Parts: sequence; structure tokens; C-alpha cells
Amino acid sequence: MLPDELKNKITELLPSASFEEGANAASGWVTLNMEAGDWLAFATNLKRDPSLAFDYLFCLTCVDWKTHLTMVYNLDSTTYRHNLVVKIKLDRNKPEIESVSEIWRTAEFHEREVYEMFGVNFLNHPDLRLLILPDGWEGKNPLRKDFDDPVNMIKL
Amino acid sequence: MYRETEIVTDMGNDLVINVGPQHPATHGVLHLVITLNGETIKKVEPHLGYIHRSIEKMCESLTYRQFIYVTSRMDYLSAHINNHACALCIEKGLGLEIPPRAQAIRVLMDELTRIASHELWWGAMAMDLGAFTPFFHAFRERETITDIMEETCGARLTMNYMVPGGVMQDLHPSFQQKVKDFLVLYKRKIHEYDEMVTGNVIFQNRMKNVGYLSPEDAISYGVTGPSARGSGVKCDIRKLYPYEIYDKLQFDEVLETGGDSFARYMVRLREMNESIKIIEQLIDNIPEGDFQAKTKAVLKLPKGEFYTRVETARGELGVYIVSEGGTTPYRIKFRSPGFSNLSVLDHIARGSKLGDLVAMMGTLDLVIPDIDR
Amino acid sequence: MWSFSNIANQLHYWLNDHFSPTLTLIIEMVLAGVAVIGLFAGLGLVLVIMERKVSAWIQLRLGPNRVGPKGMLQSLADTFKLLLKEGMTPSGADKIMFNVAPFIAMIVAMLLLAPIAFAKDFQLWDLNIGVLYVSAISSVSVISILMAGWSSNNKYSLMGAMRSGAQIVSYELSAGLSVLAVIVMTGSLQVSDIIHSQADGWWIFKGHIPMFIAFVTFIIAVTAETNRAPFDLAEAESELTAGFHTEYSGMKFALFFLAEYVNVFIVCALGATLFLGGWMPFHIGNWEGFNHVMDYIPSSVWFFGKTFFLIWLIMWFRWTFPRLRIDQLLNLEWKYLLPISMVNLLLVTLMAILKWHF
Repeated sequence: MLPDELKNKITELLPSASFEEGANAASGWVTLNMEAGDWLAFATNLKRDPSLAFDYLFCLTCVDWKTHLTMVYNLDSTTYRHNLVVKIKLDRNKPEIESVSEIWRTAEFHEREVYEMFGVNFLNHPDLRLLILPDGWEGKNPLRKDFDDPVNMIKL
Repeated sequence: MYRETEIVTDMGNDLVINVGPQHPATHGVLHLVITLNGETIKKVEPHLGYIHRSIEKMCESLTYRQFIYVTSRMDYLSAHINNHACALCIEKGLGLEIPPRAQAIRVLMDELTRIASHELWWGAMAMDLGAFTPFFHAFRERETITDIMEETCGARLTMNYMVPGGVMQDLHPSFQQKVKDFLVLYKRKIHEYDEMVTGNVIFQNRMKNVGYLSPEDAISYGVTGPSARGSGVKCDIRKLYPYEIYDKLQFDEVLETGGDSFARYMVRLREMNESIKIIEQLIDNIPEGDFQAKTKAVLKLPKGEFYTRVETARGELGVYIVSEGGTTPYRIKFRSPGFSNLSVLDHIARGSKLGDLVAMMGTLDLVIPDIDR
Repeated sequence: MWSFSNIANQLHYWLNDHFSPTLTLIIEMVLAGVAVIGLFAGLGLVLVIMERKVSAWIQLRLGPNRVGPKGMLQSLADTFKLLLKEGMTPSGADKIMFNVAPFIAMIVAMLLLAPIAFAKDFQLWDLNIGVLYVSAISSVSVISILMAGWSSNNKYSLMGAMRSGAQIVSYELSAGLSVLAVIVMTGSLQVSDIIHSQADGWWIFKGHIPMFIAFVTFIIAVTAETNRAPFDLAEAESELTAGFHTEYSGMKFALFFLAEYVNVFIVCALGATLFLGGWMPFHIGNWEGFNHVMDYIPSSVWFFGKTFFLIWLIMWFRWTFPRLRIDQLLNLEWKYLLPISMVNLLLVTLMAILKWHF
């Protein structure tokens, strides 16, 4: 599906979506911003809708913007080979979002990584535990911008 | 604030063993907690982080020229391709045009790396299954590739040869001859791989119908690379989203439909031949010209977000750079193939024997620094 | 003529001349014990260096080449290192069982050396149930492995021991049945009788195809019984780290290691005795000249030549084949080898009754 058709289709599904242009969509992919509340239902539609068929979540990550967190989901369709980037703003003090590991199984591991690195709480995740950090880790989330480790971090 | 790993106290009839962090079959510090019922696997639970260096955090304080070198330490067997992915992403941000000679050199090096990586995998996997000899036979060919790399790049494993705008220096004068010698050697010896391992009855029994992965699961779990192509999923980034000069080259995407360990094994073996094809097309046709585009000494990416996908020896590597317009990335994310490939291990291992686990881990081709980053 | 039997006889006479018969017997027993221990150690050293050289040759390497001429003293140096190492006992282990297990493995291997005929008329103990004795004693070795695995208090060891138990118990059946084939032909369990019955030709040639099948079954079964690759599931390195001897170190580990190699020697010696005529030279029908030349080669050379050929064969297996899985291993025995050797035994019996062999 071409980017414009994709945009129309997505606007149909989710009227509140706003699309990003320019440098923030430099990869040439349709990039949309949305609210965390609508995410699970929308994600289910993205996977189930036969004309979209986004069955491959190839990247899931988070960016700490100091004022808020942004979840970034990169989607691909193995049938149509169109891509979509979904960005969702989260409250930095109490980041919570629905888990999509039931829709894309790869999200289970990626969400666990984001959970410990950014402290995002994924609701209804089947197994939300520490994956990389050692057991009994106390302190801040390593990939947040205010994390500081005077011993191990490179300072230039 | 975090939920803790639950410590198993009541095991009932199950036997819980720790495979790793030091274990001969994990080839690194992977830690798998395996619940067994006799010899049958009930659950595989990976515990990661033993060599997590937080490369993503590290990169936030390194400049665009510097951070490429750190990525060699992710998937050290396809270090070239990791460097390549980062260089591509930076070039995408800068809007740089790469000279044709540099593109050809990059592709040549990528494919040589892929062959070297698959050869190491072949030897190591056979060793996991108890056959020690193939390891040394694989190294005979791999050694010639590392020699070629050493001559041109100055290093054998973490080459650091790709820089934004091209490659660091021109090819060594004897590069073409050496590569041709390697092609001759490879073609003379490749049949030994089939005679020694592929055709062996014990080996086929160990591999066939072991660790079946359906195409749907492969996509859903984000499995990429040869592991997914063994299930018949078209996922070769070189074909789907061509970068550099891959769209001008003649090669096939290797697909097997078995979905079991043997299919994944065959994909990798056949993929080596495809890489040889690419090298043969390029080796006599390296264009003359610059090996590097003119770039500024200090690179500054414009504000924005850039994502590139490349095909490493293990699957799809994604590099996601968020730039605030400075000399260092604001946030960088590496979508490593190993991390997603590992996540499927529990799914395919349940119900099979402990001995099958090494066959599955072998054919998923896990490189631990790639998983941990 | 210079031969082992002459030396032994002369020693016997000399001892009888100088001491009382009781003392002679005691001295001879002590000498035999020393000889067995010496042989045990010597064989261990030779077989380890041989294995390393054979594997190096198969794997395009040089192998050990630093200690002594062409690295021949490497295993001696390794033994010294292992002697000097601390023998640790894990804190949770069953101490008595843990420490006794390697000695049982060693004692079993030593006992098995008794009925082997190393050269013409040179045998420690030619008892009338020699072959039965070997198969009976070799079954005890599984107990040492089970003891080691159980007492180590390590899950890997336990799994290795359980695998090994299943494996040795099942493969003993087809090893026993293929040995039985020779016994049916010979009509005796005595090692010297079996060798003498092959004076006019080895059983592998005299016994037609059934004997060859028995030989192949025997080699497969004993490879499994001695826990050698491709049947090394008990110590499968990439699955169970080191299986039943994971927790062993120093000399206790070395004893397991040596016992394994001596067991390989013993089963190969047994194979050579049963199927390849032991110390009997190679004769072809009535080619008098050829047979005469063959007789000139000392009997000990014949015996060790055949044995080391079989050992080399087993080493070749180890360095070429991948390992089987536990269920495939048991399938191979119970679904293929056992029925084959049973039918084969029937054929051999038929042959023996109808005198179809040469």
C-alpha cells in the first residue's frame, strides 16, 4: 500500500491519529502519533485488518525526551511490504501502556528490555521481570537520561 | 520497584538445571534455566545480561565517527556488517552519496564476512553435536578470509573498516588475487562439508524434525535471517529493501520450507554459495575512483530520526538514531537479530530432548554479545 | 627363541630354584600385580598420546609437539600435572562414594587384564570361563559411573550417570550375543581354546557373513559400552559439560580417564582375540612359504598389531561422527542391533551344527 493510501486507511481506523512529516519520518515510512489508551485496540486492528496485515514488529523501543517518554513501534507487513512507525507519548513519572506481546510475540522480550531500561510498565504482560539487569537491581533505569553511574560511564 | 526473578523452591517432579553462564554449548555467557522432566524439556528461560555493556548508552556520549567502532563488539562475527549498518544510517542522515568503488568494496567485505561467519557457525554447530573435526576444517577456509581482512583492514575480527562516507582506506594491492585464490580453495573444499556432516546419518537424525518453527511463528517472534528462511519466510533485507548495490547483483534468496533445524542448516550452507556468487560478480568489476566521499571532520546529523535495516549473517540488524542536531546521537537503538531469535527458543524447544537443545541453539546461530549488546 | 613365554618360564624356574614353592607363588603374584599396574599406566599414556595424534591427523593439526621427541612425552607431563593437582570433593557430595568411585573404575579395568593372552602362552590367568569373566566384570564398571554421578550432588553428573546406566546395560546385550557367536563356533569359553581354534584361519574369515555381522555388532556395542563417541552421551560435553565426572579433579579424574582408555584397550583386545585370532599369525590355506614368513613375526606383535588396529578404528569413529541422542541410542540397540544379533546367533548356531564353516 502506498503511503497516502496507508494514511487514509489509518485515519479511518483511528481518527485521532496525527502524522509526522519531515526529518522525524526520514526513513520514508508513515509515522503517526497516538494516545496510549487506544493502542491495544488499534494494534489488534493493524495486525488483523486484511488490507493492512502488519504482522511483523521489527523494532520496539523507547526514547527518553526528559519531559516525557516516547514508545516507538516499527511495523512491517510481510504480505504487502509496507511499513509504519507508531509513536506513543507516555507520562515520564508513571509510564504505563498495554502490552502487545499477545499480538506480536517478539514484543515479549523487547518489552521486558524496555521495562528495565526505561521503567515503562506494560500492562497485561505475561512475564514482566528483569531480563538483562541483575536480580535485585536497585536504582534508576539505565537508559533514561538522568541515569548516572560515576564509575562505569564514559564522560567525554 | 522491579519484579524479581522468582526462585524455584518447590520443583515437584521437575529437574531444573542451569545451562550457562559457563557452558560449552552456549558459546558465550548465555544463561538458560531449563526445566526438565527426565530428558524432556518443559521450559527454557533465558537470563541475559552477563556481558551487557549497554552499548546503546555508551553511544550516546560518543561522536558519530566514534560509535561505529563500538558496534564491532556486538555481533563480532559479522563486525563488518554492523559497521556497515551504522555507516549507512549516518549517511542517510547526512544525505551523503557514496562513491561506487566504496559501495563495491563494502558489499565485497560484507559477503566475505558472511561466509566467514557461516563457516564458524558450521564448525561450532557440528562441535555442539559431538563431531569435533568439522571445526578445524571450517577454520581452514575461514583463516584465508581473516588473512584477507587483516591485509586490507589491519584486523582479523573487529575490522572497523567502514566509516561514514565509504571505507577507511583503499584495498590492499593483492586483495583481488587473494580473494580469487580463496574462491578456488572454497570450491575445491566445499564438497567436504557435505561429505563430512550433511550426509551423515547420525547428523540428519539429530537435525530433522527437531525444533520446528512455523512461518507464522517465525514472523510473530521476529525471527529473521537464515533461521526464518529455513521456515520459508522471505526476509532477506538485501532483496526486500536493497541497500548499496545489492539490487544490481544477481543472487537468490535461499529459502527452505522444512522449518526444522535441518532446513535452517541447509539455508546457511546454500547461502555461502550465494555469497560466493556475489563475490565472483564483483571481484573483477570493482569500479575505479574514490574509496571515500568527502566528509567534514566533525559530523553533525540534522535533527530527526533515522532508521536503517541491513542483513547480517544472523538476520536483520536495525539501527535507529534519534538526533538532536549535535555531534553525538541523542538516542540510539540497535535492533539485533540475536535478541529476537533467542526469544523463540523456548517456543521451539518445549517437548524435545535435552540433546536437541544444542541442535536448536546451534541452528539459531546465537552470538551472545549480539543478544546482550 | 626370544619370547614372552620363555622369559616367564625362565623366571619361574629361577624362582623355584632359589625359593620355596609358597614364596615363589607370592613373588610371582606380586610381580604380576606390578606388571598389571605398569601395563595399566603404560597403556594409558600410550593410548592418550595415540588418541591425540590420531585426532590431530584427522583434524589437519600437528597435535602435541613440545614435550619430548615429537611430543611423545606429553601425556607423561600431563600425568605429573594431574598428580600434583588438588583433588577436590564438593561440600554436598557423598564423600565415601565420591572418593571410592574412581578406584572401582580402575580396579575393574585392571581385573579385566587378567585373562587376556598378550602373546603365545603368555597369559596371567587362563581360566576356563575367560570370556564370561570379561563380560561379567566389565558390567561392574557401570556401578562406578553410577556411584560417581549420584554422589557428586550435581544434576549434570546425575543425568550423565543415568544415561550411562541405560546405555551400558542395553549395549551389553548385543555385545554378549556377538561374543556368543564365537563361543558357539568354538565350543569353549576359555581364551586359549578360542585362539587355538583359529590356527587355520581367523573366525572373521572362517565364519562367513554371520561372523562378520557379529564382528560389526561387537565393535558398535563395545564403542557404546566404553562410552566413546558417537555414544559418549554420559559425558556429552556440549550437553552435560562432562557428565558423570564433572566434579572430579586431579588424580581422581585421571583414574576415570585412564580406566576409560584401558577399557578401550581391553575390548579391542577381546575383539582381536575372538574375531581376529589373538596372537595367531595370518595364514592363507596351504601357501607354505607365505605362512612360514608370517610365523616369523612374533606373536606379541600380531596381538598388539590387531588390537591397536581396532583401537585406531574406534578412534576414527570418535573423531568423525556426531553424537547420538539418548532416544536414538536406545532405538539403535533395541530395535536394530539386538534383533540382528539374535537372528545372527541363530544362523551361527545353524552353521556350527551343520559344519558349514571352513
